[in-house]
Amino acid sequence: MSSVSTAHSVVEPSRTSKRIAASIVIIYAVITMIPLLWIVLTSFKSPPDSISYPPKIVFQPTLEGYCNLFTTRTRQTPDYIASLGEPTSTCDEITRSRNMVIAGASNYWPRFQNSLVIAFGSTFLAVSLGTFAAYGFSRFKIPLAEDLLFFILSTRMMPPIAVAIPIYLMYRQLGLSDTALGMILLYTAVNVSLAVWLLKGFIDEIPREYEEAAMIDGYTRMQAFFKVVLPQATTGIAATAIFCLIFAWNEYAFAVLLTSGAAQTAPPFIPTIIGEGGQDWPAVAAGTTIFVVPILVFTILLRKQLLRGITFGAVRK
Amino acid sequence: MAEVILQGINKNFGETPAVSDLDLVIADGECVVLLGPTGAGKTTTLRLIAGLERPDHGRILIGGYDVAKEAPAGRDVAFVFQQYSLYPHLSVYDNLAFPLRSPARRLDKNEIDRRVREVARMVRIDHKLDNRSTRLSGGEMQRVAIGRALVRRPAIYLMDEPLSSLDAKLRADLRLELKRIQKELGSTLLYVTHDQIEAMTMADRIGILTEGRLAQIGTPREIYSNPANVHVAARLGQPHINLFPANLLPDSKIPAGTQTIGARTEHLDITLGGHVNAHVAWVEHLGDQNHLHIRLGDCKLTTLANPRLPVKPGDPIGLALRNPLYFGADGNRVV
Repeated sequence: MSSVSTAHSVVEPSRTSKRIAASIVIIYAVITMIPLLWIVLTSFKSPPDSISYPPKIVFQPTLEGYCNLFTTRTRQTPDYIASLGEPTSTCDEITRSRNMVIAGASNYWPRFQNSLVIAFGSTFLAVSLGTFAAYGFSRFKIPLAEDLLFFILSTRMMPPIAVAIPIYLMYRQLGLSDTALGMILLYTAVNVSLAVWLLKGFIDEIPREYEEAAMIDGYTRMQAFFKVVLPQATTGIAATAIFCLIFAWNEYAFAVLLTSGAAQTAPPFIPTIIGEGGQDWPAVAAGTTIFVVPILVFTILLRKQLLRGITFGAVRK
Repeated sequence: MAEVILQGINKNFGETPAVSDLDLVIADGECVVLLGPTGAGKTTTLRLIAGLERPDHGRILIGGYDVAKEAPAGRDVAFVFQQYSLYPHLSVYDNLAFPLRSPARRLDKNEIDRRVREVARMVRIDHKLDNRSTRLSGGEMQRVAIGRALVRRPAIYLMDEPLSSLDAKLRADLRLELKRIQKELGSTLLYVTHDQIEAMTMADRIGILTEGRLAQIGTPREIYSNPANVHVAARLGQPHINLFPANLLPDSKIPAGTQTIGARTEHLDITLGGHVNAHVAWVEHLGDQNHLHIRLGDCKLTTLANPRLPVKPGDPIGLALRNPLYFGADGNRVV
């Protein structure tokens, strides 16, 4: 009997060890989720609730944070507010209850759009360039290929912010400061090394015979690349794209330094909300909550590829 | 279909010569099989014709045209790889249609459909056209790979050990089928293998490659019974040809200059109860025949024997030669 159960345990973990493993995973997941949950909850609190001590777990949810996030408001006398007609929206009503009226839209939405354009734009560029470069390194005899690859990797050996001042001066000279193009180029430059290295690993694993077969079947190398190599590299491309997107989306230091107006992204904008009319934590939390959504959606859409991607190479085919 | 000519082909990989001074003419509609051990340059020869490698020297003519400057797509050849040949992201149907949909051809949809279905029937895969190519057994995959070559009518079909990854029964079936299809289509075929049965049964002519050189080319019969040297003789015959010093067995007809004698089963006569010059070392029972391992002086010989021959290990026997092959000191035949 004992030999049977031993043999069994090699193939399949016992029930107890499975339970222990599951509890560890769940505990870890909960711990990492708490800050996110805290932010989401705070975004639905009223400003007094958000700073009350001890923190309120049960509270009256309100959209005030979201209203404040998307609007600018001015304080008015109760008489003036009473003289206005019926409130036109929920936000209007909430704002009036605080003795204020909506003056206009805040900058959050334009900043969010900047983030979308810059993050997705640079991810697209980095992954495209990375795919072609990785294919080249993988398939062709390139003089000094090893040195070039090391050079590409070496751009990652220091924190990018270490070169902030030269880049700042350079961007001012070139007129790239506070432009979406400038930020896209910058994030692409940082991400392309990661993309080349990750994708080279994936493309190395795709046997050359596929392209050779396609080339004999009447396709040029470029056509074979698009028809045969690219479809098989989707896993790697998806995984690489997520890593690049997360970096570009969350990047703060360069964004603070190089953008202030037209091309400002959401990360440097969100903290500035605090300054407008007291410590408006619910509005900050609302801004953060909305900011997380695109990455969440993108990752969920690509999660199958991502999972296969990050465990890639663990199992030999 | 077309004639393919290789003239003085040389190809080195770094310092290592892969193909040396290769001259080969494959006639229109002919099936030539290249036979040789691993690393003899068989696959390189195919890749040179396909344009996947460029020769260092020499010319390749397909249908009379020098194809030196043509990319693989422009050479009008079809290639069956040893493995990895199916596009894993496509269905069986799309795999077969892939060459026909290439920008170089641009056939219309109905014509593609007609040809794909016709070839699918030919290689007996028409019931699995909608399957993902990764969901097939090894034999089915290889049939699709062959079908993907047959769907076109190229100047020449190049096949690189297409049956080597299959089990024995399937290999025998597909071998027959390939030969039938080749005869039916009258196609020019250059086929690479290290399996002598495939070579003997499929080839119009067999070319024996050793170390990048074409040692001999001729009909299967010629190569088998009239080998030019020891290397060629050692390629064919089951069991492996016996090679031993010329003075080991009495033979009045040994020509001058003979150093080594090569004897296959048909060159050895065994007599029992007479003159004794050898002993049976071991008997392997194969069923329809026996492998007889014989000790002759310091040499061990292997031959086939009728299972009814009453011998057991240790028995004394008489061994005589009947028209064996004679080889000189340089390994070449002495006649």
